[in-house]
Amino acid sequence: MPQTNRSLTINGDTYEFSGDPRTSLLDFLRRDCGLTGTKKGCDHGQCGSCTVIVNGQRINSCLSLAVMHDGDAITTIEGLGTPDDLSPLQAAFVKHDAYQCGYCTPGQICSAQAMLEEAKAGWPSFVSDDLDGEVKLTREEISERMSGNICRCAAYSNIVEAILETMEAGE
Amino acid sequence: MKPFDYIRPESLEYAAQQQQRDGGRFIAGGTNLLDLMKLEVETPERLFDLNRMPMAQIEPEGEGLRIGALVSNNACAADPRVRRDYPVLSRAILAGATFQLRNRATTAGNLCQRTRCYYFYNTAMPCNKREPGTGCSALNGINRIHAILGASDQCIATYPGDMAVALYALDATVEILQASGGRRHVPVRDFHRLPGDEPEKDNVLEPGDVITGVVLPPPPQGVQLYRKVRERSSYAFALVSVAAVVRMDGERIAEASLAFGALAHKPWHDPRIETLLAGEVPSDAVFDKAADLLLEGAEDYGHNGYKIPLARRTLKEVLRNATGGGQ
Repeated sequence: MPQTNRSLTINGDTYEFSGDPRTSLLDFLRRDCGLTGTKKGCDHGQCGSCTVIVNGQRINSCLSLAVMHDGDAITTIEGLGTPDDLSPLQAAFVKHDAYQCGYCTPGQICSAQAMLEEAKAGWPSFVSDDLDGEVKLTREEISERMSGNICRCAAYSNIVEAILETMEAGE
Repeated sequence: MKPFDYIRPESLEYAAQQQQRDGGRFIAGGTNLLDLMKLEVETPERLFDLNRMPMAQIEPEGEGLRIGALVSNNACAADPRVRRDYPVLSRAILAGATFQLRNRATTAGNLCQRTRCYYFYNTAMPCNKREPGTGCSALNGINRIHAILGASDQCIATYPGDMAVALYALDATVEILQASGGRRHVPVRDFHRLPGDEPEKDNVLEPGDVITGVVLPPPPQGVQLYRKVRERSSYAFALVSVAAVVRMDGERIAEASLAFGALAHKPWHDPRIETLLAGEVPSDAVFDKAADLLLEGAEDYGHNGYKIPLARRTLKEVLRNATGGGQ
């Protein structure tokens, strides 16, 4: 099997990848980079717990090969904040008790972070009445836009509150 | 996952030639292909990564629009020109999957996405699409999500996507680069196949064929709607969907272009319905005649019979909304 040397920027640091091309971006982050904040849930793109931000866009890291991300800039939960310096979304999740077990939380926060940017860029969603209108992130909009992140503890209402508060504080 | 060689080709022409000669799969977003590879439903010996090929642009083509093969589903749905001139396409894309998946999923990949038949996914079960000649487990199995139109005794799987249903209603064209270096243009309505005796073939792509883009015709006049019926309000495949482009002339329907999702092995388009509707004053009686044509020959395989009345009701609802008539 040919060796494939690739370079990825993760949370601002450079990492080399030269492993088996079967390695998912998720496994590379967790196993090779030691960035275990990103979680493996279903490993099939159904639960969203592996969500990371690649070149500004949220994706499921389980459904992507590390080898395909040569040159990409990746942000994981470790890149958003630290225990001593929480990001606004992280602080809002704590304040609103937006989790129980916490397993889906890194994916929820990475997803919400990118979602706020998508809304600022005017991207419509399935529930948007008007495709051309300015995006107003209502509770219904947030639920639709976060439907790729499942929370089996069902902390959804508090997740929505945390996102709403972060959004309003940022305006 | 089975081992494979990962190849990042220098050019599209090289990729097309190598894939024709050696076999293997082209990969773009990978959201469907990698999932199937993990389950070993797909076991390609090599992957040609096309992500760095210059095919991620949306640009005018004549009075229409050309969507590059690598344009992500979200980028397409959010494009101001698509939103303004082809809202049925934006609406259909936004009705599918999640934001994370749509950020990776591409225009060409989405056209080629494979069925969600549970027996196709289950390598312990016979499936003619996965392993030709082994039999169809769905025919006498649980077939709630399966086809009511155009199926064969070899396969009753459905094409699962939303985007393509809108492309059928818009009468788009698929642009293909061949291994020979030539290009061909296939009307999207001829791109997917019915299962017949070769259910392993989802579409008309030959070895070495690479989709380079999808061309939308000049923006149609009138109302554009996409209605998707599913079991959850988000992130679920369609049980029935209808894409409609309808132009009125006073009280009469001037022109109606309709396509249907989740009913068959391909998005369903029946020109007889459009002929029937053209020139009619909209009414429930006319809409019922349209549904009669759509559902002529519809088959209930045991668990999917509900799709027959559901397709009728969904079509009537869409026609009422599009024309202001009926009920």
